[in-house]
Amino acid sequence: MATAPDLQSLKVDYKRNPMLPWPFQIRRVKHETEDTFTVELQPSGDLEEFTFQPGQFNMVYVYGVGEIPISISGDPANPRTLVHTTRAVGSVTKAMDKMHRGDILGIRGPYGTPWPIDHANGQDVVFVAGGIGLAPLRPALYEVVAQRERYGKVVLLYGTRTPSDVLFRQELENWRARFDLEIYVTVDRAMSGWRGNVGVVTNLISRAPFDPRNTMAFVCGPEVMMRFTTMELHKRGVDNEHIFVSMERNMKCAIGLCGHCQFGSVFVCKDGPVFRYSQIKDMLVKWEI
Amino acid sequence: MKNFIFERAELDTLIETLKRRGFKVFGPIMRDSAIIYDELTDAKDLPIGWTDEQSNGTYHVKRRDDAAVFAWTVGPQSWKKFLFPPIQKIFATHRSTKGLDFPSLKKQVPQESPPLKYAFFGVRSCELHAIAIQDKVFLGGPFIDPLYQRKRTGAFIVAINCSQAGGTCFCESMNTGPKATNGFDLALTEILNEKRHYFVVEIGTELGEDILKSVKCTKATEEDIATVKNITEKTVKQISRSLDTDNLKNILYQSSEHPRWERTAALCLTCANCTMVCPTCFCATVEDVTDLAGKQADRIRKWDSCFTLDFSYIHGGSVRTTAKARYRQWMTHKLASWVDQFGSFGCVGCGRCITWCPVGIDITEEARAIRENHP
Amino acid sequence: MEDLKNILSEHPFFKGLDEEHFALIVGCASNVRIDAGKMIFREGEEANHFYLIRSGKVTLQLMTPNKGPVIIETLDEGDILGWSWLVPPYTWHFDAKALELTRMIALDGKCLRNKCENDHHLGYELLKRFADIITKRLASTRLQLLDIYGDRS
Repeated sequence: MATAPDLQSLKVDYKRNPMLPWPFQIRRVKHETEDTFTVELQPSGDLEEFTFQPGQFNMVYVYGVGEIPISISGDPANPRTLVHTTRAVGSVTKAMDKMHRGDILGIRGPYGTPWPIDHANGQDVVFVAGGIGLAPLRPALYEVVAQRERYGKVVLLYGTRTPSDVLFRQELENWRARFDLEIYVTVDRAMSGWRGNVGVVTNLISRAPFDPRNTMAFVCGPEVMMRFTTMELHKRGVDNEHIFVSMERNMKCAIGLCGHCQFGSVFVCKDGPVFRYSQIKDMLVKWEI
Repeated sequence: MKNFIFERAELDTLIETLKRRGFKVFGPIMRDSAIIYDELTDAKDLPIGWTDEQSNGTYHVKRRDDAAVFAWTVGPQSWKKFLFPPIQKIFATHRSTKGLDFPSLKKQVPQESPPLKYAFFGVRSCELHAIAIQDKVFLGGPFIDPLYQRKRTGAFIVAINCSQAGGTCFCESMNTGPKATNGFDLALTEILNEKRHYFVVEIGTELGEDILKSVKCTKATEEDIATVKNITEKTVKQISRSLDTDNLKNILYQSSEHPRWERTAALCLTCANCTMVCPTCFCATVEDVTDLAGKQADRIRKWDSCFTLDFSYIHGGSVRTTAKARYRQWMTHKLASWVDQFGSFGCVGCGRCITWCPVGIDITEEARAIRENHP
Repeated sequence: MEDLKNILSEHPFFKGLDEEHFALIVGCASNVRIDAGKMIFREGEEANHFYLIRSGKVTLQLMTPNKGPVIIETLDEGDILGWSWLVPPYTWHFDAKALELTRMIALDGKCLRNKCENDHHLGYELLKRFADIITKRLASTRLQLLDIYGDRS
């Protein structure tokens, strides 16, 4: 029989009820590419800072429209500004895309497991990002760059559809200008005039400068891309204990109570979204799990 | 365990006492040809003299030739109807010329409101286990449902020990009955013979003992206790279904490509009846709705089911498009993943999913078929 | 010649060849240098070489009527460029352009074709290696085809 929690001694100490969104005010909506935008928020009321760990997400609420999970894409060292980058594809994100400075969004969070960056101390770090997958990895990049001396080689492999879909161009340039970061960008196709790589992002792995015997890999992007990226990392000699991916599933509550985000026996909202590859590798190859 | 007896008439007193003490009493009522759970005005609302016949995809109520109060087994509803209502407003946000007012700013903390006083009258052992399972889901994780907590912590439970097995239930296999062992304030066993109609009552908590003080009781005799034991044994013998739980979790985890899923999927209508009648299913969805003027936006939580096509929808499509994938998800969750998630099976053997499946799919048969040829 | 021989012997593509075959191949090798922006070959031209890129960057592209040249792949140091020399009608299917100053070792495909006809063992060894490259390129191309980065809204 299930051991029910001791009801008499149950005392819940919430500063904030996890079912109620907190209002945040939009400071800026920035259009990054044709279908992707970034919104910068500051908390209202008596909340001054919003702290989170790289890899976590919020449930973002647009009054009267709905609520969706979006990864946090800002700098964890800057808790006065909350940043979300997302594609405008559904009713909520399309509504957000049209909002202005001063408008209010409701935020519940932060939720989920973070990228285990401190596990990578003393190792090479490889980030592999596909498309919008660069957004949930960006906070991890900020954190690694802020403590650069703790790591060996730091490599970013980023693939997206075309040059006009490249996100955070200026930041990529800034990082590329440093001598202690290796930034490789590739696109699936380009018009002549693009001077960078063309080809699928997994092609970049075989020659990326990291030592597979001493590397942590953080991979984020479409599921197909994450599966193939892992295959290439295996070919280089990186094992499943050293690869982390970020999974995505339908979420309604984000607090493990609604059942929607189940992926096998794990809840993506509370056991993930960041998973060690060894934990979920068997489920990734099963159809319709 | 302290055991007492009281005569049939005192059952009415028990209900009246609970009402007088401020409880809203919910219990079984015969309505629309089924025994469902709703608020009792008094003991006359109970399904006196009724029984039921259940089988795969079949449910009938039938008149008995005596005045037994609880001589039936579970109907289509369960106590989650009250603790985890099918439709529940979570919050409302208002828009005015001053802007949006969010309830979080008002520091509304529902769990600090006094707990609601619900009394559940006639809870079977399998249902006690189901409530405990939902307690684990809603109160045992990193985040707690304050709405559930408010209803659950004030609940008073009068359990009833089954005196006959249902046509589809299998509590013995799941270790969930037929006799209630804990999780109740009072547990009743109905004894009806030519000479007497009375109840043996077992006290579970101090509050139960306190409430019972208003009921005319005498101490239970050795004979009474033996009668209860006989009733339990007789009930066990009537159980007609079984589910072998030995190593079931691993068997299901390894059977994701078992041919049985295709066969059952061809029958399954993905109608979601099973998830609605199941006392432990907890999946819910959330809707944000506004009034026409846009002045108020409510967030409503509603029961949802993993059998619906868009349950697993993520940008562009659903993950589980086939009936096979959805049936497999439900059964694997109930009998395997649940163990890793919450420390027990999600199934309590109440048999509702078998009774209320329009095509009569039987979870015990499915488990048997998968076990027979598992990899 | 010594220099070419060393470079070729270190490249994984040529590993495992017996001395005689390797010598044949070295005999067909020469250094080429392509300045930035210059075409290496054009779609439709006779394909008589394949290349081992020593340094630089090469784009594979296709000319389209309304959008101009579309780049479908870039190759760099260590990559093998060109397999149209192996199969009839021995003409290039794409354009190749040096994006930057590119140094390559060119292998005379016309010469090697004849040698392969005479020595099927050599032919098999070369075809094995090219089959490997072609399957990897096909897998990559299929991933590009999937357009996995999401639908345009």
